[in-house]
Amino acid sequence: MRKRSIVPILYILFLMLPIYWLVTMSFKTTNEILGGFTAWPQNFTLDSYRKIFTDPTWYMGYVASIEYVVINTIVSVAVALPAAYAFSRYRFLGDKHLFFWLLTNRMAPAAVFALPFYQLYSAVGLFDTPWAVALSHTLFNIPLAVWILEGFMSGVPKELDETAYVDGYSFPRFFINIFIPTIAAGIGVACFFCFMFSWVEMLLAKTLTAVAAKPIAALMTKTASTSGYELGLLAAAGTLTLIPGAVVIYFVRNYIAKGFALGRV
Amino acid sequence: MNKTVNQKAWFLVLPVFIFVAFNAIIPLMTVVNYSVQETFGNNIFSWSGVHWFQETLQSDRFHASLGRQIMFSAIILAIEIPLGLAIALAMPRKGPWVSVCLVLMALPLLIPWNVVGSMWNVFALPEIGLMGRGLNALGFDFNYTRQPGDAWFTIVLMDVWHWTSLVVLLCYAGLVAIPNDYYQAAKIDGASAWAVFRFIQLPKLKRVLTIAILLRFMDSFMIYTEVQVLTGGGPGSSTTFLSIDLFKVALGQFDLGPAGAMSIIYFLIILALSWVFYTVMMRNEAK
Repeated sequence: MRKRSIVPILYILFLMLPIYWLVTMSFKTTNEILGGFTAWPQNFTLDSYRKIFTDPTWYMGYVASIEYVVINTIVSVAVALPAAYAFSRYRFLGDKHLFFWLLTNRMAPAAVFALPFYQLYSAVGLFDTPWAVALSHTLFNIPLAVWILEGFMSGVPKELDETAYVDGYSFPRFFINIFIPTIAAGIGVACFFCFMFSWVEMLLAKTLTAVAAKPIAALMTKTASTSGYELGLLAAAGTLTLIPGAVVIYFVRNYIAKGFALGRV
Repeated sequence: MNKTVNQKAWFLVLPVFIFVAFNAIIPLMTVVNYSVQETFGNNIFSWSGVHWFQETLQSDRFHASLGRQIMFSAIILAIEIPLGLAIALAMPRKGPWVSVCLVLMALPLLIPWNVVGSMWNVFALPEIGLMGRGLNALGFDFNYTRQPGDAWFTIVLMDVWHWTSLVVLLCYAGLVAIPNDYYQAAKIDGASAWAVFRFIQLPKLKRVLTIAILLRFMDSFMIYTEVQVLTGGGPGSSTTFLSIDLFKVALGQFDLGPAGAMSIIYFLIILALSWVFYTVMMRNEAK
């Protein structure tokens, strides 16, 4: 048993190395970074962070990112809930084809859609708003949420529904008062995944925004390259993008493994 | 579960249908439009039939980036699936360390993709990066911005770093779900560790492994942001994968016709392969 645990430990060390490098770099001065190799900051400085938190063009990037991620998560899960119920409980005309069609959108390369999305969202006047990014991310998040929720819902015995209907519950009342609390864990996992994929996706987020709704991570590469490699600032902005992910993982840590198996274990 | 036939269920699915159709069908039709037309700017289009498809399918550039893409996905699957499985098998099943392991392992999955690229960029820089400096100090002549081999090595390592955890988490979920009785029965029979793996764990992991392969295949085939930030497709065009090439054609050169044709071909390849995986998966599920 002892000998075996060396494998996960080595793997986690490997995972932490680049993160360590990014975080230490964020506390170094630009001169130190470019001046040579130091494993640990010699002149510990918070300047990069100070700059990010005092400059609205920087910190508004975070606000924009969080904004579209939250809108996307709420819309995706809310829309996916009834659909997942239909897929898990009923057979209807074209259900299997529809399910596969939904999944194909998870498989669509964002590069294929970037240009048409730009034109579509410009045409409907949503370009450069968090709504454009949030709605475009529903393309792959709704299918994903349907898939996960369907997995969790299929684990709930059908007798629950039947008993409730016999007891005189109407469908909406049953769904909201009984069914949703029953699959709360599944909803949490679905939210987590929508959050995750909306947070990490950058190609569409970058294409669909110009100034006002520019996400932080996209801002990062831009500013770093125009003002001549300010690697400290780049590293600080990068480090700050790790935090929301870490917080969200902590909340779902007990369901994370089952969630990644899409509720189908 | 035996499902009842109910056509009214369509009403429950309708919102999803509307959302996804808006996002999928309109842009897809735009792409189809481009792919069969010729344009000289000023929004003047003329019909060009399958011209762009023929041109794309015969172009050396497309063959080269498709070849690189297939090679990349093959390498990624060959490394990440066995590695992820091995790590999941070695992980503790209960105790306080499980949560710690899971949280730390999931961390790379939640980092925005271009931050992953920048992170590996500063990590692998030959002069000032920990990895680049370290490899050079060990006597390797490592410079990913100049040598194609080093660029490939860095990208593959980055992807292993980024996504192996997904395979680990999936396999781990599958392993935890195996009832303890199976192991006890194996113990009574005096089964070796290999036999336990081959005849108990592997069959039970079939479903999660299929999902892992499907997800890893799709995502590695669509890789764009990380590679774009790390190498920009270079040096030369040695790491120009399909998405990067497509982006260069569509937004760099604004050649809408070829870009449209390329998009459709690209999408069809993914669709066909995913359909194969999906049918296999659904057949497993039906058993």
